[in-house]
Amino acid sequence: MDLEEAKEFKDRCSQCAAVSWGLTDEGKYYCTSCHNVTERSREVINTGAIPNTKIQAINRGLKRKRKLEKGWDWYVCEGFQHILYQQAKALQTLGVGPELKNEVLHNFWKRYLQKSKQAYCKNPVYTSRRKTTVLEDNPSHSDWDSEPELLSDLSCPSFVESGAESQPDVHTQKPFPIIKASQSETASVCSGSLDGVEYSLRKEKGIVKMTVPRTLAFCYLSLLWQRETLTLADLLRFVEEEHIPYINAFQHFPEEMKLYGRDKGIFAIESWPNYEDIYKKIIEVATFLDLPRFPDITEDCYLHPNILCMKYLMEVNLPDEMHDLTCHVVKVTGMGEVDFLTFDPIAKKGKTVKYDVQAVAVIVVVLKLLFLLDDNLEWSLSNIAEKYNEKNEEDKPWFDFRKWYQVMKTAVDEKKQKWEEARAKYLWKSEKPLYHSAIDRSVVYKRREMVVSLQKQFSTLVGSTPTVEKQSPSSFQFSWTEEGSDRTCFHGHSLQGVLKQKGQSLMTKNSLYWLSTQKFCKSYCKHVTTYEESNFSLSYQFILNLFSFLLRIKTSLLHEEVSLIEKRLFKAKYSTTKKKSSRSRKARKC
Amino acid sequence: MSDFSEELIRPTTEDEQGEPRAPSGTGMCFPWLQKHIETIATGGKQEKDFAQTTSACLSLIQEALLKHQWQRAAEYMHSYFQILEDSDSNKRQIAPEIIWRLGSEILYYHPKSSVETFNTFADRMKNIGVMNYLKISLQHALYLLHHGMLEDANRNLSQAETWRYGEKSSSQEVLINLIQAYKGLLQYYIWSKKKMELSQLDEDDYAYNTASQNMLNHSWKTSINLCALIQIPGVWDPFVKSYVEMLEFYGDQDGAREVLTNYAYDEKFPSNPNAHIYLYNFLKREKAPREKLISVLKILYQIVPSHKLMLEFHRLLRKSENEEHHKLGLEVLFGVLDFAGCTKNITAWKYLAKYLRQTLMGSHLAWVQEEWNSRKNWWPSFHFSYFWAKSDWKEDKALACEKALVAGLLLGKGCRYFRNISKQDHQVLKKKIKQMKKSVKKYSIVNPGL
Repeated sequence: MDLEEAKEFKDRCSQCAAVSWGLTDEGKYYCTSCHNVTERSREVINTGAIPNTKIQAINRGLKRKRKLEKGWDWYVCEGFQHILYQQAKALQTLGVGPELKNEVLHNFWKRYLQKSKQAYCKNPVYTSRRKTTVLEDNPSHSDWDSEPELLSDLSCPSFVESGAESQPDVHTQKPFPIIKASQSETASVCSGSLDGVEYSLRKEKGIVKMTVPRTLAFCYLSLLWQRETLTLADLLRFVEEEHIPYINAFQHFPEEMKLYGRDKGIFAIESWPNYEDIYKKIIEVATFLDLPRFPDITEDCYLHPNILCMKYLMEVNLPDEMHDLTCHVVKVTGMGEVDFLTFDPIAKKGKTVKYDVQAVAVIVVVLKLLFLLDDNLEWSLSNIAEKYNEKNEEDKPWFDFRKWYQVMKTAVDEKKQKWEEARAKYLWKSEKPLYHSAIDRSVVYKRREMVVSLQKQFSTLVGSTPTVEKQSPSSFQFSWTEEGSDRTCFHGHSLQGVLKQKGQSLMTKNSLYWLSTQKFCKSYCKHVTTYEESNFSLSYQFILNLFSFLLRIKTSLLHEEVSLIEKRLFKAKYSTTKKKSSRSRKARKC
Repeated sequence: MSDFSEELIRPTTEDEQGEPRAPSGTGMCFPWLQKHIETIATGGKQEKDFAQTTSACLSLIQEALLKHQWQRAAEYMHSYFQILEDSDSNKRQIAPEIIWRLGSEILYYHPKSSVETFNTFADRMKNIGVMNYLKISLQHALYLLHHGMLEDANRNLSQAETWRYGEKSSSQEVLINLIQAYKGLLQYYIWSKKKMELSQLDEDDYAYNTASQNMLNHSWKTSINLCALIQIPGVWDPFVKSYVEMLEFYGDQDGAREVLTNYAYDEKFPSNPNAHIYLYNFLKREKAPREKLISVLKILYQIVPSHKLMLEFHRLLRKSENEEHHKLGLEVLFGVLDFAGCTKNITAWKYLAKYLRQTLMGSHLAWVQEEWNSRKNWWPSFHFSYFWAKSDWKEDKALACEKALVAGLLLGKGCRYFRNISKQDHQVLKKKIKQMKKSVKKYSIVNPGL
């Protein structure tokens, strides 16, 4: 009996699930707790430096004689862990601090595994169905430390790369593929991962199941925790621009992690993330993880509306002077306050500020205050500005809404067209095709081959310029510089034409205002209002379309946000049920 | 060959779905409606971005093709291939045909494309699934023909001809016949080239015999290839024509007659004027009796009353002894002149003038009135306006005279056209005009007896 040598063998005993092996005289393993003798002999296992997992893989492969590809044994959660790791790494190359990956996201993920009872808990979900559970008898340290790690640190990089902390990191309790073993025989229901079939069938109440879109929720939550200079819209745009792995993220799995069957449904994604959808998932995940109040969003944070407004004013080429007005609106509405801005999953149920949408909505409100946007006043103000600019060519030019519209319209249309063309050219399919079952495997591979060869043929017909040049990541989509004749930069233009002096303060010349919504739903449906495009002025439509394109959101979402800000700004108007277009009597101080 | 399993399970109605979506002929197009229908079809489920972008890609390809931007189209095509991997098996099934049509169009026009590229593409597309093999083979052969590569086309067709896949659906059977027929047509082409050569040789020449033997060989093969298709209802003009030519050349008049009669009279075949024309011409060559010729043209008259053979038909009817035929002769002439394309046909007017006079002389006023009744509302402004009188006289005096006579007979001497022409002073035509006036006075249907 050589217990020392038997330590190499780390499978669970098929009788009692313990991992405590001795060697018999014939070189076979026997379980020291139940004396069950295995069929495996030491020679096979003890082949030097080859990692354990591989040997196990070989053993199992021989034993089960599966028709399907056999790689390492891995679990679905390890797949997601891998994706998260890739995403965190990508965020790091985008300039996010290393703590996000090593601490925040890592902790969130551990918490998730614990809450969803996949690890870090007694009775993990995989073993809970077994009749005899040895885990409780075992001292916990052996559970953690001597646990054979299938993939956790061999194939799946743990979040922390520094050696000291890496060892006890993400341990999934060593689960048993009991259900799988019986199901893998029916060829139609299978998966490359050990628990793919089981995972896709799992429907437990109160458990937020991991999906590919939810990986982005995790990313965003960690970004928010770190108060990084990245909004949700930016994150999703980077995903679409492929700076952050998302679609076909499984492609980067190690070669030995095979995906097929049910894994396809779990890991294959055929849509880009959608703002509202991910927003919902963020709240869902945060609530599920039971996260405490996030670090405060103060005035010096990027996500504070004052800073974001500045950013978006620059992005859409509006005068810097407008920033004073946006700050004022933020102040009056109380949207700049820490309590309002800071995300607290427990205290504020199901709500967090959409920082980017809100900032943009503030700008829309300011534009409405200045120019009314009724397809009339903005043009007559433009005429005045134009005349003034003609006469006083030396002075700081007045902001001319019409000119700005023309510049922006061409710029956005151009950008939008390029964006649409790039989307149409997007190649969705991975080089590693996923198939459902052994039957369609060869077909899927052949089809892939065919597509590749056709693409190869047609690529010779395409011009020498690469089809889609990958943009370098930037939080700005437009750049406006002082030079350049047709792309006028309006940053330095003045708002004198639309403001007037009144005593010590400045007032908007325009004293009218119309509300985007007169009535809010009183029921619990949370609908603010529906956005029926044709009911609104063309300038308003243009501005909503411009901003919603920048954020890649639906126009109705922005309209809704605008209405919410107006509700805060003109509280009095809403409390009395007047229906006439209201007049803002307050003088806006600047 | 790679055959995808779902296609084996469900060889479906790809003919109905295979068309790349193009605006229909009516010119009405409701893009919003299409979208609306699509969302209903998916049960309100939002379609995936994959589906959205690939369909956007398709319309961009179509747009590029429309604008002849071949390179741009090729760029999008590069991305569109992924539809072959669509998880929606319906879309995946119709994809090969769409790709074939768009891709072959691009390769046909693209400046960087060559016959080799086209061949590779065609060979690849043939083998995606089983439903498109024949169709693509045939189109491939036509492409090669277009580039003058007869031998390659022939090889291609032979390959396709021998291709079989399990139980052929009925649509595939027609395709096989069509492929064979095209092969036959190619052989006919070689045959008729040989015939030309032969006609230049002396009959006593030593080479003559071998050449004619060669020809015979070809015609035999060809007829086998052609006759299968011709049995199937359809419009097969070039095939029928060449087949008949060969039969006639070898003296098989009966065979030729049978083929043509069948082609013209079998009710299962779609109505096809050419079938009757071929038959008529054949019978004419054969010197068939007048009755027979009349019966063939009668059908053609019903299909195409403005056909140029109608004047010949009129002559046949005029010569006939049958009174019914005489009446029909008048009808045919009126029929021809109903068409705008025939208004300046002097022969038709000449015939009508002469025949009207003859008919009225034969006191068949009722026949004329019967024809005239339906036309008296519109013929005067259509044929006999003041404008026409002037321009006809300017362009073709003989035509003007014939028309004037007809006008006079039908509308009386007060009609503008007649008055205008009869007023004209012309040395040569003086006599003719005088005669015309006399006839009108005597026979015009407006003032009978005056």
